[in-house]
Amino acid sequence: MDSCNCIEPQWPPDDLLMKYQYISDFFIALAYFSIPLELIYFVKKSAVFPYRWVLVQFGAFIVLCGATHLINLWTFTMHTRTVAMVMTTAKVFTAVVSCATALMLVHIIPDLLSVKTRELFLKNKAAELDREMGLIRTQEETGRHVRMLTHEIRSTLDRHTILKTTLVELGRTLALEECALWMPTRTGLELQLSYTLRQQNPVGYTVPIHLPVINQVFSSSHAVKISPKCPVARIRPAGKYMPGEVVAVRVPLLHLSNFQINDWPELSTKRYALMVLMLPSDSARQWHAHELELVEVVADQVAVALSHAAILEESMRARDLLMEQNVALDLARREAETAIRARNDFLAVMNHEMRTPMHAIIALSSLLQETELTPEQRLMVETILKSSNLLSTLINDVLDLSRLEDGSLQLDLGTFNLFAVFREVLNLIKPIASVKKLHVSLNLAPDLPEYAIGDEKRLMQTILNVVGNAVKFSKEGSISITAFVTKSELLRDSQTPEFFPVPSDNHFYLRVQVKDSGVGISPQDIPKLFTKFAQTQSTATRNSGGSGLGLAICKRFVNLMEGHIWIESEGLGKGCTAIFMVKLGIPERLNEPKLPFMPKVPTNHGPTAFPGLKVLVMDENGVSRMVTKGLLVHLGCDVTMVSSREECLRVVSHEHKVVFMDVCVPGMDGYEVAIRINEKFTKRHERPIIVALTGNTDKVTKENCMRVGMDGIILKPVSLDKMRSVLSDLLEHRVLFEAI
Amino acid sequence: MDVVNQLQRQFIDYSASLHREGFLDDQFTQLQKLQDDNSPDFVVEVASLFFEDCEKLINNMARALEQQQGVDFKQVDASVHQLKGSSSSIGAMRVKDVCIAFRSFCEAQNREGCLRCLQQVTHEYSLLKNKLQTLFRLQQQILAAGGSIPVVE
Repeated sequence: MDSCNCIEPQWPPDDLLMKYQYISDFFIALAYFSIPLELIYFVKKSAVFPYRWVLVQFGAFIVLCGATHLINLWTFTMHTRTVAMVMTTAKVFTAVVSCATALMLVHIIPDLLSVKTRELFLKNKAAELDREMGLIRTQEETGRHVRMLTHEIRSTLDRHTILKTTLVELGRTLALEECALWMPTRTGLELQLSYTLRQQNPVGYTVPIHLPVINQVFSSSHAVKISPKCPVARIRPAGKYMPGEVVAVRVPLLHLSNFQINDWPELSTKRYALMVLMLPSDSARQWHAHELELVEVVADQVAVALSHAAILEESMRARDLLMEQNVALDLARREAETAIRARNDFLAVMNHEMRTPMHAIIALSSLLQETELTPEQRLMVETILKSSNLLSTLINDVLDLSRLEDGSLQLDLGTFNLFAVFREVLNLIKPIASVKKLHVSLNLAPDLPEYAIGDEKRLMQTILNVVGNAVKFSKEGSISITAFVTKSELLRDSQTPEFFPVPSDNHFYLRVQVKDSGVGISPQDIPKLFTKFAQTQSTATRNSGGSGLGLAICKRFVNLMEGHIWIESEGLGKGCTAIFMVKLGIPERLNEPKLPFMPKVPTNHGPTAFPGLKVLVMDENGVSRMVTKGLLVHLGCDVTMVSSREECLRVVSHEHKVVFMDVCVPGMDGYEVAIRINEKFTKRHERPIIVALTGNTDKVTKENCMRVGMDGIILKPVSLDKMRSVLSDLLEHRVLFEAI
Repeated sequence: MDVVNQLQRQFIDYSASLHREGFLDDQFTQLQKLQDDNSPDFVVEVASLFFEDCEKLINNMARALEQQQGVDFKQVDASVHQLKGSSSSIGAMRVKDVCIAFRSFCEAQNREGCLRCLQQVTHEYSLLKNKLQTLFRLQQQILAAGGSIPVVE
């Protein structure tokens, strides 16, 4: 045999080993072929795989490895050269590809590793974000709870409800075991347990306020963790193994005055209440920061709500007090009004009732005096007369004073002769003075006007009273009365700093000084002089009678006349000087709109009768019409009478010189007639003089009459003399006037 | 002559007492002054007119106040006003005073008060009427006896 080119493996001795190799190679090839298939399948499945090229390389490498092993199968038996060639080619390719793959792997494995780390990092981040989300959600929820809690607290103004709601809501929100509020007592030295969550009626535990733990809480505006063993926290029933954590926070009790505009009161409030919150025992829960924040916020809100409630309480109390006071004042006012009305009614009645019998007594006693009497009887009658005169004066004084006090007295202003007043006083006082052998002298300043405008009667009363006092209290010596116009340098009297008389064009100040040489007055009695019913205690004055009202009345009158009265004395036994100043008007210069007043002294110029004067009388009242007609007829007039307005307008003609019109009847009709008459007679000299007859001359009536163009007013009832003078004045002057 | 003097004295006293008691005031004196030869019965005429007026007004007021449904206080007030005017014209002081009070009750629309005042007015008026009739009788007696009426100031 020749050497053949076939390679002859040695089968028979190693048959088993050959067989195993054969099988293993077969399976390896199978695996090698299936792996790329799987790889391709999975790569196709996944969308994201950045290393396709590497995969292809890897696939190729594996396929070739598999092919190699597969071809190896044929080399176990006799195989041809072709097989060997294929085998070799496969191996070469495999070698190339595997080396290329190895080189490629070196590049890409770090990348793959970094992908992994990034993945880990992202996962961590996600976990962290999750945690934060959870936290935010919790905070958001607590925020919602706070808002709701605040809303609950602020929706009521009742203190108890506020506090109770706070505790309940806090307990619910934070799932607390116990929540308590300690309020400072009135003394401020102790804290008293006022409200708790679980126990319905807390017994009044008190705790001194100056414990270190409490000070610690009060000095900080944050919620502070305190030990569960401290006195304020020991309100739970004992027996728990692990008491939960306790937190305390201060609640400032704000006062109204604490609210400044710019800063929130921090240190200015002194009083705090203590709120203690306890977590459930045995729960291992801890106080988180956001929960503490919640507690602080709530404590502040509670403070505000409490102060609102306090403000409301205060204002309600003040309002109730005010209402009570109002009611009381109203009652007092009504009582006072009733009293005044009763007094006025009484006075009005008594005025008449008292004076009438007095006049009767006085008149009859004087009449009795005129008859023939035995000396005893005469004495008795004189005593009766004197007493009744005194009584009459007293009654008048008291009635006058009451009216003066009311302020209901008004001065009767009129033009009068000033000199005549003084002369009259002198005449009245001379008899008494001469009996007492006192010399009375009167000095009137040269620049004193003869006529003045004022209340003559009351001025005379004042002067008489003052002079009378001077005479009364002097046993001997002289009385001097001086009257002059006050000059400007005497206007400011040191005695009366509050009285500043202001001179003006229309008025002057009359100053009257009455000096006597009598008993005088001690300085401490001077202020009492002008008070009602007060008398000096010296025996001399006690005997001279008088009720002590005189000077008080004078003072009132002088005040009404816008003046001042005072008494100077150097002491007992040295006499005294009474001085008063009153404001009087000057007759010449008066403002135009006012009706000029007629002189009080009735002047009787002109004819005493007016023969043939045609007069028209309009009066609805039959009786008064007749009376007026009687008056005018007596004076010689030719009287036409009408009883209604229409008739008046019909009858009036230019022949009638005067028209007397009654305007008493309520309503404006009387005035209308005047207007019509004015319209009817356009020329003033043809128009009759229109005079109003009225029962009251108050301002309104006067104004109305002037407004409609009447020429005068007469107050009913009219006396004969008055009618006479009225007519003569009218016909002479044809001027506006008023006659009372 | 004694009779005349006595009568005159009586007249003066009676007149004075009427004035004192407030039945008459100055206005009546004025009226008496107006009486002269031209109108010798002036006062009597005025007085009779007054009495007529009074009676009419009092009746009006009584009727108005008796209305159960609703008293027309304005009407009553108008009547009182008239009465007041008349009484002040003749010098009937007491009647006038009652009228003043009457008016305030009218303003207050107080029916009870008005009724009381009406009673008072009637009373005063009848008193006055009697007194004046007495006075006028005295006057006539004096004139009949040949004397003259003394003037009372």
